[in-house]
Amino acid sequence: MLFLFTGLITVGFVLVITAYLFISGLPAIKEIGIKEFLLGKRWASSASQPSYGILPFILTSIYGTAGAIALGVPIGFFTAVYLSKFADKRVKSLMQKAVGVLAGIPSVVYGLIGMLVLVPTVRKVFNLSDGSSLFAAIIILAIMILPSIIKVSITALDSVPEEYEQGSLALGATKIETVFKVSVPTARSGIAAAVVLAIGRAIGEAMAVMMVSGNASSNMPTLFGSVRFLTTAIASEMAYSSGLQRQALFSIALVLYFFILLINAVLNLILKREHH
Amino acid sequence: MKLSLKRKIYMFTLKAMMYISIILTTVLVVFLIGYVFYKGLPNISWKLISTSPSFLSDEVGILPDILNTLYIVITTVIIVVPLAVGAAVYLHEYASNKKIVAMIEYASQTLSAIPSIIYGLVGMLCFCQFFKLDTSILAGSLTLVMMSLPTVMQTTLESLKTVDDAYRQGSYALGAGKWYMIRTVVLPNCLDGIFTGVILAIGRILGESAALLFTAGFAHVINGYFTGLFSAGSSLTVALYVYAKIEGKFKESYAIAAILMILTLLINLLIDKIVDLFKRKQVKEKESGR
Amino acid sequence: MEDNIIEMENLNLYYGDHQALKNISMAIRQNSVTALIGPSGCGKSSFLRCLNRMNDLIENIKIEGSIKYKGKDIYRKEVDVTEIRREIGMVFQKPNPFPMSIYDNVAYGVRVAGIKNKARLNEIVKQALIDSALWGEVKDCLKKNALSLSGGQQQRLCIARALAVQPNVLLMDEPTSALDPISTAKIEELILKLKEKYTIIIVTHNMQQALRISDYTAFFLLGELIEYDKTEILFSKPQNKKTEDYITGRFG
Repeated sequence: MLFLFTGLITVGFVLVITAYLFISGLPAIKEIGIKEFLLGKRWASSASQPSYGILPFILTSIYGTAGAIALGVPIGFFTAVYLSKFADKRVKSLMQKAVGVLAGIPSVVYGLIGMLVLVPTVRKVFNLSDGSSLFAAIIILAIMILPSIIKVSITALDSVPEEYEQGSLALGATKIETVFKVSVPTARSGIAAAVVLAIGRAIGEAMAVMMVSGNASSNMPTLFGSVRFLTTAIASEMAYSSGLQRQALFSIALVLYFFILLINAVLNLILKREHH
Repeated sequence: MKLSLKRKIYMFTLKAMMYISIILTTVLVVFLIGYVFYKGLPNISWKLISTSPSFLSDEVGILPDILNTLYIVITTVIIVVPLAVGAAVYLHEYASNKKIVAMIEYASQTLSAIPSIIYGLVGMLCFCQFFKLDTSILAGSLTLVMMSLPTVMQTTLESLKTVDDAYRQGSYALGAGKWYMIRTVVLPNCLDGIFTGVILAIGRILGESAALLFTAGFAHVINGYFTGLFSAGSSLTVALYVYAKIEGKFKESYAIAAILMILTLLINLLIDKIVDLFKRKQVKEKESGR
Repeated sequence: MEDNIIEMENLNLYYGDHQALKNISMAIRQNSVTALIGPSGCGKSSFLRCLNRMNDLIENIKIEGSIKYKGKDIYRKEVDVTEIRREIGMVFQKPNPFPMSIYDNVAYGVRVAGIKNKARLNEIVKQALIDSALWGEVKDCLKKNALSLSGGQQQRLCIARALAVQPNVLLMDEPTSALDPISTAKIEELILKLKEKYTIIIVTHNMQQALRISDYTAFFLLGELIEYDKTEILFSKPQNKKTEDYITGRFG
């Protein structure tokens, strides 16, 4: 009986989280109107004529995640292929440990380095008045998703049966051709899972992004402009907001939660297909 | 016949991509760790880690933040371990209904996918407001319990799977009840899994900030454990965020970053050691199973 | 009457300190089936993998002596390994089709070699499947995943895959040990047919099989080549006592 309770506690947590997000997130959406809320291009929560459109945040989160994936996935993928198939055993194990450390570094530390090293560099290189931008956030996110892409891809590539690779070599393919034409396609669902996992990570990251993205609320996102993500929109106004403004923040959380559930469903689909 | 030019170009391109990527990754790791230490270690002083911040002299001391972090870790672990172990035992030893098992696994997977800012928000609504804990270490810890539960449950579950069924049957054969069997046979044999989960969870707790911002708060006051539990308190990560982003105290921020980096390295080292032990145990189990 | 296509002289092979092959000298006749027999661990598989340099992949390995294919040493520095492996194909003990469609499996080696022309590929794939006696069974489902075939079909697919790159020699490492008797019979029948176009070297545990399909048989024991002769002579009048003991089932 006690064990049934503890067993169901995860389910309970999920229900509580879902319920809270719905109960506190729906009223503002109802009041603002779902179309105005999701597709409104202007967020001015403390103006005398407040406006609650979160399209800029949604687009920023999508662009930021897409950019981080475009940058981080190839680097992570090729690193994983090299470590799994070509690297010396000792190099592999050392690099796996290093990647483990990369994964364990707190996001505020990434944020700090981003704020004090990356942002000034971006400002200088692109000759901007302020380097805090979507671009800086993309780079930080790309670095932060790297470890999980590398780790999950290595696991997938390591589990490709050796017979496949031997079969390809025996047909006159070189090692590189074998790896990229047989091993990688065989491990593709594992690698796809790695990418989806990374998407979830990137879209949910708040603190590091908060420290490098400038956090201007009203703009539609541009690559070198100051931007606000879904996550940072919640974090930046939570401390002092009240009334409809505060409720609207919960609605943003609800939107973010939908994104996460969607990504999770895709991940499950991929994993299920792999089992068959 | 030698390899055609096309094949050579194909292979050269891929090789180049791999080398570029591995070099980038390596440089990144070395730079991040090196730079944080280079900037942070010189700023760590006994004074910094043994005092609280003073508004009069405008000096930063991080002792309260260290204590708060410690309190948060202890509280979270104390609460999460029984829950997670219970859940794992239920899943592995009791659950017979496949639908319930699938539901629990799906829930645990969802929990690990939820971003920490959402945990922070729900923690604030649920623990701070509904349960009237206000912003406090306890509210922060309870939020982190939700977050770290899947981790500890998963590693415990992995470990339970390695406990040989023969032990279980041996215990039953001696007339032991199920609960007695679990207590004396199963749990002692999966301590390593619980331990791995706890270390992993501690790593995550130490690095967490977004979930603590609105649940545990920003205060830098030195408290005893039980007073601390019910007062607001900033963890090291939240302190780093505040000092860097809001107060512009970069030296101290780097010092905290260096401390967090050392803790990260220690945790990783510990995990490597345990995973090694764990693997050796699994191999042994398999061999003795034959 | 036939020419030698492969000749080995004083072949020694070491895994670290362990010597797996000792001073092997033998020649393989073109368009014949040569069976390699002997108890497990006698070095016959290691020997087979020397011939297409698949042993190169193993760490700590040392090979001495010479192996000449068509008169030229395949271990010379300037030799392109992929070319050797294309001319000397291999079929493995466990059927190992790639997890892709039947068509893509057969086309794999051809594509790697640079042939992309669709009509040409179709023709090669069809011919290889006909030669491996699989065409009739799969011609309507070439897009189906190869892993959905039965074990015997998978192994014939692996043979088709090897034939598609038009090798001269086919190395087979116990190709029927993982198969049922009916599939085995089909593969044996196929081997006898393939002999007209290819030189086949087959490792087998099954002496009946060696007797049924091979022209020559080599008996290996503890890394040494004990006896090598025409199959009917080796089995009816073995020169060496150890061979006799082995083929009469006294050990192994």
